[in-house]
Amino acid sequence: MGVGLLPLTDVLAQGARPQVLPGREALSAARWAMVFDSRRCREGCQDCILACHRVHNVPDIGDVEEEVKWIWTTSYEGAFPGRQHDYIDGLRSKPFVVLCNHCANPSCVRVCPTRATFKRSDGIVMMDYHRCIGCRYCMAACPYGARSFNFRDPRPYLDEVNPDYPTREKGVVEKCNFCAERLAAGIPPACVEACRDGALAFGDIEDPGSEVRKLLNSGHVLRRKPELGTGPQVYYIV
Amino acid sequence: MRIYNAPSIIAGLLVLIGLLTFPFWYNAGDVVAAPEPSLDTPVLQGLQDKQCIEPTPYMRSKHMELLRHWRDEVVRKGKAIYVASDGREYEMSLQGTCLDCHSNTDQFCGRCHDYAGVEPGCWTCHLQPEENVP
Repeated sequence: MGVGLLPLTDVLAQGARPQVLPGREALSAARWAMVFDSRRCREGCQDCILACHRVHNVPDIGDVEEEVKWIWTTSYEGAFPGRQHDYIDGLRSKPFVVLCNHCANPSCVRVCPTRATFKRSDGIVMMDYHRCIGCRYCMAACPYGARSFNFRDPRPYLDEVNPDYPTREKGVVEKCNFCAERLAAGIPPACVEACRDGALAFGDIEDPGSEVRKLLNSGHVLRRKPELGTGPQVYYIV
Repeated sequence: MRIYNAPSIIAGLLVLIGLLTFPFWYNAGDVVAAPEPSLDTPVLQGLQDKQCIEPTPYMRSKHMELLRHWRDEVVRKGKAIYVASDGREYEMSLQGTCLDCHSNTDQFCGRCHDYAGVEPGCWTCHLQPEENVP
């Protein structure tokens, strides 16, 4: 009976319930997107990865089979399989920063049985960890390997904990959230802020005057596996 | 009507009923003191007006609904600010708003939850203030 009454109490409560507002400083966009400029990214630099993982309490498990990662680097061939040839000497040694692509047509959202993963109206593919049941359909569906599963309690694997952001628990999937919590507070994503070389840009891809749109016209731009139809929103200048 | 083996069947039924109702009569008459959530935290002591974001009776009976509402508004709808019924505004954040005052989670949340036998499991992800971490 208690469960049956919940919708009723919700309706009653919402009638009298005070309103909620977006953050005063919140940044908004029609569609958030990121541009990675491989011409500027420095080999060996880990600033963006460290910043992201520190801000979001991403554990360093140490075992590659159980690793948890939101953003990492890979080779050109790793990022763009099928687009390499034997003589791409210049690109071969360059690092490519990869993360969740916040797809316009996300396969992870489509398969999630609990709607723990969903797409916001501003394009961010978000997770509601409260709802995640750890079935890992999303991990199977994501063609970019952008999702990690918590095979164990992540807390012992955190060197320092950011008290302003929760951790995850054993049995849930996690991934990059385009720093939705920072955007709500009016600050850019941690990786973009941490990059000293300006290799990462973030903005509203649907705004013709935005920095990301201008960058798209400054070089040859690739997206990861666009042929799959997911509409990735992380763009790579090679 | 006749019951075959009536004495043993009736005796067996009585034993069964006795076992099933054991928790009721075993605890009958016991007085368990009502939980007293502690409001003794540095921030709360410094407050002139010790009023939670909504009136205490509402918070007492509906805090779980309020938190659920906050969670959905923040995570799923991207909202950030809650306007209370008296017009004051708060950031919708368990760690950032609730635990600012109620930093003694074990003595505040824990006492009632233990008494009621509920285990909300907030702290597997949300971080408790340091004073509560063993």
